[in-house]
Amino acid sequence: MTTLLEARGVTKIYGGGLFRRDRTVALEDFSLRIEPEPPSITAIVGESGSGKTTLARLLLGMTMPTSGAILYQGKDLRKLSRREWRAFRRDVQAIFQDPYEVYNPFYRVDHVLHTPLKKFGLVKSDREARERIVEALEAVGLRPDETLGRYPHQLSGGQRQRVMVARALLVRPRLIIADEPVSMVDASLRATILESLRTLTRDFSVSLIYITHDLITAYQISDNIIVLYRGSVAEAGHAEPVVQEPQHPYTRLLIGSIPLPDPDRAWSEEQEPSAIGRLADPRSGCTFASRCPYAMEMCLERHPPLYQTERYRVTACYLYREAPVLASEHLDEAFARPGIPGPAVAASGAADEPTSSP
Amino acid sequence: MSDTRVRLGQTEVGAVGGRGDGTEVVLDVRDLRVSYVTPRGPVRAVNGVSFALRRGEAFGLVGESGSGKSTIALSLMQLIKPPGRIEGGQALLDGTDVLALSEEEMRRVRLAEIALITQGAMNSLNPVMRIREQIIDAWKDHGEPINGREAEERIRDLLRWVGLQPEVARMYPHELSGGMKQRAVIAIAISLRPKVIIADEPTSALDVVVQRQIMQTLRRIQRDLGAAVILIGHDMGLMAQFVDRLGVMYAGKLVEVSPIREMFRDPMHPYSQLLIQSLPSLARKGQFLGIPGLPPSLLDPPPGCPFHPRCPYAMERCRVEVPALELKRPNRLVACHLYEREEGQA
Repeated sequence: MTTLLEARGVTKIYGGGLFRRDRTVALEDFSLRIEPEPPSITAIVGESGSGKTTLARLLLGMTMPTSGAILYQGKDLRKLSRREWRAFRRDVQAIFQDPYEVYNPFYRVDHVLHTPLKKFGLVKSDREARERIVEALEAVGLRPDETLGRYPHQLSGGQRQRVMVARALLVRPRLIIADEPVSMVDASLRATILESLRTLTRDFSVSLIYITHDLITAYQISDNIIVLYRGSVAEAGHAEPVVQEPQHPYTRLLIGSIPLPDPDRAWSEEQEPSAIGRLADPRSGCTFASRCPYAMEMCLERHPPLYQTERYRVTACYLYREAPVLASEHLDEAFARPGIPGPAVAASGAADEPTSSP
Repeated sequence: MSDTRVRLGQTEVGAVGGRGDGTEVVLDVRDLRVSYVTPRGPVRAVNGVSFALRRGEAFGLVGESGSGKSTIALSLMQLIKPPGRIEGGQALLDGTDVLALSEEEMRRVRLAEIALITQGAMNSLNPVMRIREQIIDAWKDHGEPINGREAEERIRDLLRWVGLQPEVARMYPHELSGGMKQRAVIAIAISLRPKVIIADEPTSALDVVVQRQIMQTLRRIQRDLGAAVILIGHDMGLMAQFVDRLGVMYAGKLVEVSPIREMFRDPMHPYSQLLIQSLPSLARKGQFLGIPGLPPSLLDPPPGCPFHPRCPYAMERCRVEVPALELKRPNRLVACHLYEREEGQA
């Protein structure tokens, strides 16, 4: 079984040239494998500057890595033939944050739905096209008669985004990469759209990479979570332990900063960086050291490797240096596979104590 | 008709505070009505909204886009631009109706009495002016020309107050991060010590860690100043963390105003209930529950209660009679026919 899509030791650096100080390392030595079976949902969570959008663009072949490679069915994207590239464009579909940008305001919504069917020659007649489109719209909870024939501005933001989900599914892809698909949508519709994404990936056996800044929806929808901080993996693994018992000081800060919809569970106060952390140079050592309350001497020297602290979790933090190191190219070995029961924490009452001291 | 509404504003809406301690009302909004003229007819963006803000309280206004919450903010600042128009109502700021002020009078009230912080404010900083000049400019605009040493000292104190280094005074906006810019905006907003601060989605462009830091700063400043804050947004989590009382907007109307704990523990209006149920949480993994249906068109709102087409409990009465926002339980205002009016108050 060939891996469907793989990032292999990918680094992306912007800028550079003579003025080396201008270099921005957007993503560093990142690896991930998406297998065709069983379909999985992986969330990539990060704030601005984490590299998550760069990663989305790399995985979609919209930009090429500075080093390392993105492989589709084992073949470097840079070396795909025209035919293979077309297959890649069909198998891997994208959903972006602002669906309005995808639409041409002068064409009816029907146009964005017909185009991919025509482009990939998936239907023999207009009638078949219409049947496929109606089926896809209904699958995302839209009434075809209220959607087709309309112009983009006549639909609400939530409807437009659901049309994009329908469009992504129309061509029967094997992987959908969704970059902040609901951040422009009202809260009450977010739930509906994410629920349709989740059911559809299950019903149509499609894998999903969900890229977001929102850890709560990431937790709700995904099997596994990768937390990125300034271009590197801070923590990754099964969604349950990563969110319920975060280990990396950054993941803890992130979770403690989420405004929980519960007036009795107050925001936690941020801890000051340690005396050593204050001396950290963000260009060497652990990228989080300058903000870290636990930073030690060793954190200033080298960025930590991934320590496999549990069967289904890795943490890039020297606090866990007793645990075995997992080579970064094997990141997905720490992922819980859908269908395989996750670790026991899933069933425990861990929610009451989200942070345990190291 | 409008008489009874004003009376309601005084006796009921005005009497209900978050802590029920009878604190003085600083801003009393009564039956505010704002429309936007469109080729297809007027859109009633704010359709008879009344609420009373107490001195020093944090009051939230939550609603989906198009519910009218930002229009309320703009009205209170007299910043509604055509085709928008304030059609009626009052907003009494310590007894003075700010909606009736002339442009010149309003210019003096803005910032000095009532300040607005918006999501986009950090991008409205002048890119070619240093932060200190922008603060001095704001003072000049509002009739407080301060210069020289006194200005430098006040700017330094102000920046420290919002958690910025004194060096920021000499910097240009592009030298600041998003969070720092929003702090600079807050510094300008509070520099004349307003009684009311309106914060309209002040952090929705920021990351969650920065958001928490900014909101905690805003809360500290609010307490220092004794100012009241109206926080406008759609993030129920932010409301839970920040406000004392929450007003839920739907289709241009307030459908419920309750103290924050009661709102989350026991929401009364069916829309509040569905809104709270639809929130994904970290406590448990489950199905996402949305609110079925879509918000009504404000051009052609349904008769009766605007929520009835989506309401699981809609009765015949809901299709014909608009429910008034009334005191249904102590400290709780709800616009819904499901509840009997609380007697014996006021």
